[in-house]
Amino acid sequence: MRTERNGLGGVFVVAEVRRSGIHSCTLELVSKARELADARGREVTAIVLRSPSEEPVEPLFRHGADRILLVEDERLGSLNAEVHSRIVAHLIGKGDAEIVLAPATTTGRTLLPAVAALIHTGLTADCTGLEIDAETGLLLQTRPAIGGNVIATIKTPDHLPQMATVRPKTFPVAPPQDRLGRVERPLLDESLFCTSVVCLGEESVEGEEVDIQGLDVIVSGGKGLKRPEGFRLLQELADLLEGAVGASRPTVEAKWISYPHQVGLSGKVVAPRIYLAAGISGAVQHLAGMQTAETIIAVNKDPEAPLFRVADVALCGDLYEILPRLIDAIRREKEERHD
Amino acid sequence: MKIAVLIKQVPDTDEVKMDPEKGTMIRDGVGSLINPLDLNALEAALFLKGERGGTVTVLSMGPPQAERALREGLALGADRAHLLSDRAFAGADTWATAKVLATLLEKTGPYDLVLAGEKATDGETGQVGPEVATLLGLPFATYVSRLSATDGGLEVRRTVEEGYQRLRLPYPCLATVLHDLNEPSMPTLAGKKRGRRAEVTRWGLSDLGLEETEVGLSGSPTRVVRIAHPKITRQTAFYGARDLDRGIAHVVALLKEKALLQGGGQA
Repeated sequence: MRTERNGLGGVFVVAEVRRSGIHSCTLELVSKARELADARGREVTAIVLRSPSEEPVEPLFRHGADRILLVEDERLGSLNAEVHSRIVAHLIGKGDAEIVLAPATTTGRTLLPAVAALIHTGLTADCTGLEIDAETGLLLQTRPAIGGNVIATIKTPDHLPQMATVRPKTFPVAPPQDRLGRVERPLLDESLFCTSVVCLGEESVEGEEVDIQGLDVIVSGGKGLKRPEGFRLLQELADLLEGAVGASRPTVEAKWISYPHQVGLSGKVVAPRIYLAAGISGAVQHLAGMQTAETIIAVNKDPEAPLFRVADVALCGDLYEILPRLIDAIRREKEERHD
Repeated sequence: MKIAVLIKQVPDTDEVKMDPEKGTMIRDGVGSLINPLDLNALEAALFLKGERGGTVTVLSMGPPQAERALREGLALGADRAHLLSDRAFAGADTWATAKVLATLLEKTGPYDLVLAGEKATDGETGQVGPEVATLLGLPFATYVSRLSATDGGLEVRRTVEEGYQRLRLPYPCLATVLHDLNEPSMPTLAGKKRGRRAEVTRWGLSDLGLEETEVGLSGSPTRVVRIAHPKITRQTAFYGARDLDRGIAHVVALLKEKALLQGGGQA
C-alpha cells in the first residue's frame, strides 16, 4: 500500500504449519527475521494459523520471535488460499508490518502472492539473501534468476510491507536462546472465514515425497545410464550420502524416472553441497539448473562432455565400473568411522 | 464453458548458449516458445472444451513478437487470442503484470475458468496466477496436477509437500497447473494453417482504460537494484582410466571434508 503506514510493527513471519506441526523452515525464517528486526530496532512477530493444537509455540520465541499471533480454528486445518490470505493480510495490516517473510513452499508461494495482491505491495519470490540497506533502511532481497546464472537484488521502495518468500534451508536456524515472548490470540471477524471453496480431502503420500531442493547431496543420472535400472545404483549412492536422486530431462522424457527428479531449467534448479552427475553430458538446459552447486563431480565416458568443464572432479570412464567402486570406498570409510 | 489461458513467451532454453566469460546466457537470436507449463494449461483447456463445449481464449502480455506464442496457441486449437503489447507495459513486475492481465480478462470475459502454468521457466516466481485471481476476487488453486470440470465446480488435486490436497472451486475460478497434469499435443498441419490466419487482437494501455502509473515499471512495487553475474570458475581435477583409484579417493576425501560421511550409523 502506498503508504500512510510506517511499518513500526516490524518483521512478520508466516509460519509453515503442516499436519506434522510447525515446520522447521519457520525457525529459519524467525532467525533471519530477528537479524533484520535488530537492524531496524523493531519486533519480530510470527503468525501461526492452524486448527486447535497442543503443539507448543515457544520454540519460535527461543529462535527470535517477540510475539506470536496465534489463530486456532477448525477451518484452518487445511490450506484455503482465500481464507488464509485474507487473515494474513488483515493481521499484517493491523500490525503495521514493515517486512513479511514466508517460506517458499507450496503454501507460502500460494498465500503470499494473494496477500500482496490484496494489500497492493511488492513480493519477491525464492530469495536467497535478505539484508537491510544501511542507507535507506529498505530490505534488499536477492534472488537467483534464469537458473542461477543471474543474481538480482530487488527492493520495494514505496510500498509497505516489503514481502519475500524464502526457500527452506536458505538460512540457518539461530542457536536457541533463553527468551520468551507474548502469545496473542486475535479475535477475527467471521467474514474473514467466508469461502466458497470446499476441501474434498487430503492424502499423504508416504515415501513418495520427492523434494530434491535443499538437500546436501544430489546424485543425478542421464541417458548415459543406458537403462532405467541404472537409477537404482544412483539411489544406492544417494542413500549412502543421505541425498536425493536427480535426473536429466531426456531420462524423464523417456519415463525412466518421474518429473520431480528433473534438474534443469525445465525442472528444478538446485544448489546442493555435492552434485554428482553420472552419464549426463551437460546440455545448457541442465547446467543452468545445477552449476551453482558447491562441488560438482562428473562421471562420463566422453572426455569432451560439457559437464566436465564445470566440474571440480571429473571421472572419465564407465559409470557402471566407477560408481560401484565409489560406493565400496564410501562404505569402507563409513565403517572405519564406526569401528 | 468459456476458458481463458494465460500464456507467456519464454526463451527456448534448448537453444540458449552460455557466454563462457560471464557465465550468462546469450539470448540474442535464440528462439522463443510458449512456457512449457502454459502448454499443459492450454491442453487442459482444450480437453475441457472438447468435453463440455465452449471456447478457449489465449491471452499474453509481451513484446510484439509474443504474437508468435499466441499463434502457436491458436494452432493448437484456441479459438481467440489477445495480445497485451505496449511500451508502457515494459519492466512490469508480477504485480503490474497481474494488474494488466486481470483487466484484460475483465474486458474480454466473463470466463468460467482461467488456467495458467504454475510458473514460467524464465522468471520462476509463480506469483502472477494467484495475483490475477486475487485482483479479480476469484477463488484459485495452485500446483494442480489433476482437474475435472463438474456441474458443481472445478475439482482439482494439488500436489504439495506432504501429498495431495483435493478441492472443489465454484465457477468462475483460476487454477495454475503442473507438468504432470497431461501431455501437451503437437499442432496439426490444419491447425498451423489456422494459426497463421486467425486474428490476434492487440491491446494497448489506452484500450484497457488504465493509468500509466498502474502498469509497467511505474506500476511495479518492486525495483531491481542490481543484477550480478556470479562467475563460477572451477579447477577441474580430471581422472582418466588409469587414475580412477586416485579420482575415487579424491571424491571420498571431499565427502569427508564436507562432513557428509558421518550419518547412517546403522550401516
